[in-house]
Amino acid sequence: MEHLELFFKSIFIDNMVFATFLGMCSYLAVSKKVSTAVGLGAAVIFVLAVTVPINWLLDQYLLQPGALSWLGAEYAEYDLSFLSFIMFIATIATMVQLVEIIVEKFAPALYNSLGIFLPLIAVNCAILGGSLFMQSREIPTLGLSLVYGIGSGIGWFLAILAIAAIREKIRYSSVPPALRGLGITFIITGLMAIGFMSFGGMLTGGDDASKKKEAPKAEIKVEQKQVEDSLTKVNETEKEETEKELADNTKKITE
Amino acid sequence: MGLLSKKDAALITDPLADNNPITIQVLGICSALAITAELKASIVMAISVMAVLAIGNVVISLMRNIIPSKIRIIVQLIVVAALVIIVDLVLKAFAYELSKTLSVFVGLIITNCIIMGRFEAFALGNGPWRSFLDGIGNAAGYGLILIAVGFFRELLGSGTLLGFKVLGDPIEKTGLYALGYENNGFMLLSPMALIVVGIIIWVQRSRNKALIED
Repeated sequence: MEHLELFFKSIFIDNMVFATFLGMCSYLAVSKKVSTAVGLGAAVIFVLAVTVPINWLLDQYLLQPGALSWLGAEYAEYDLSFLSFIMFIATIATMVQLVEIIVEKFAPALYNSLGIFLPLIAVNCAILGGSLFMQSREIPTLGLSLVYGIGSGIGWFLAILAIAAIREKIRYSSVPPALRGLGITFIITGLMAIGFMSFGGMLTGGDDASKKKEAPKAEIKVEQKQVEDSLTKVNETEKEETEKELADNTKKITE
Repeated sequence: MGLLSKKDAALITDPLADNNPITIQVLGICSALAITAELKASIVMAISVMAVLAIGNVVISLMRNIIPSKIRIIVQLIVVAALVIIVDLVLKAFAYELSKTLSVFVGLIITNCIIMGRFEAFALGNGPWRSFLDGIGNAAGYGLILIAVGFFRELLGSGTLLGFKVLGDPIEKTGLYALGYENNGFMLLSPMALIVVGIIIWVQRSRNKALIED
C-alpha cells in the first residue's frame, strides 16, 4: 500500500516537470516530435530506476550523519553529507556511461533508438533532482526508493509525451508569430501544470495519518510484520472457509 | 568601459537581451522557475549561479588543453559540483532560512544546463579572461529573467517586494487595498512562473522580430 501510494504520488502529484520543473531543458529541447520524446522518456525512466536506489544506498551507508557506524564505533560521528552532491553526480555519470555500454552490447536496437539521449541524461536535472529529493524527503527503504525512481521517471515520460503530442498538433494552429515555438510551449506547460495541480488533493487526506503512524512504525516493525503474517494466514483460512461454504451453498441450491 | 575592448564588452551585453540564456538559448530553465515566488530567493539564486558560472568558466578554460575530450563531461561535473558545494555551505552559514527555501535547487545548479552549456560552447575554446566575462554576462542574463519573474510574482502574488509591503496592508486595508484591490494568490503557485516566462518571451519577440521562430 505504501509503495503504491508513493508510486502514484511521484507520477501525478509530485510530477517532476509540472510540480518541480526538473528536466525542463531537455523537456523543451527534445519535445518537437513524439518519437524522439518517447526515446528520451524511456531512457529517463531507466536511468532514474537505476540511480535512485544506488544513491539511496550511498546516502544510507556513507553520507548521512552517523552512517559510517558500520565501520566501527570511532567512525560513528562522521558526517559526510556535504559530499552528497559530488557523490550523486559521479554515480549518475558513471551509471549513465555503464548503462550506455551495456545497452550497446546487448540490445543494439534499443541503443540505436535511444541514441544520443543516453549521454545527455547525465546532465538532466531530473536525474540529479530525483536523488536529491530522495535524500531530502528521507525515503525510508530501498524498495521505496526504487518505486520513487520508477514513478518519477514515468511522470516525466508522461509529461514529455503529452507536450510533444500537443506541439505536433499546434503547428497547424494560428499562434501569434511572437509566441510561436518557445513562448507557446511555456504557456501550454503552465496550463498543464495547473491541470496537474488538481491531483494534489488526491492523497493529502491520508498523508497526515500515515505520517503519524510512521513514527512508531520503525520501533515495532518486526512485531508488526509478525502480526501481519498471522493476519494474512487468518485471512487465508477464512477465505478457504467461506469458499467452502459458498461451494456447499451452491451445491445445495443446485440440488 | 576603458578596461574592455568592444568585443569583450559584447560578451557581457549580448546575453542580457538578444542572446539571453533563458529566453533564446533555452538553458537553465529548471531552477529558474521553481524558486521565483519571492524576489529575495531569485536574487540569491542569480548571485549563486553567477559565482559558480564565472569561476567554473575560468577553471575549465585554464584546464582546456589538458582535459581529454572523452571524459570532459565528468571533469566538468566534478568542477561544478565542487563549486556548488562551496556555495551551498556558504548559504547554510550566512543565510540559513533562505537555503531552506531554496532546498535542493542549490544542488541542482550542478545540472543547470546553463553551466554545462557555457563550458561546452565557450570555456573549452577560449582564454580565461574572455571565459570569465562570458560567465558573468550569461549569469547576468539568467539573473535578469529570474529577477523579473520574481518581481512580478511577489508583487502580484503577495503585494510585497523583498518582504516590504509596497502596496499597503491587505489586513488593515491601506494603500491600494483600500480601493478594493486583492492579491492574486495564484501568482505564488508554480505554474504561473511558466506563464510569466512565456509572456516575457512574447514581449521580447514582438519587439525584436528577428528572434521569431517559424
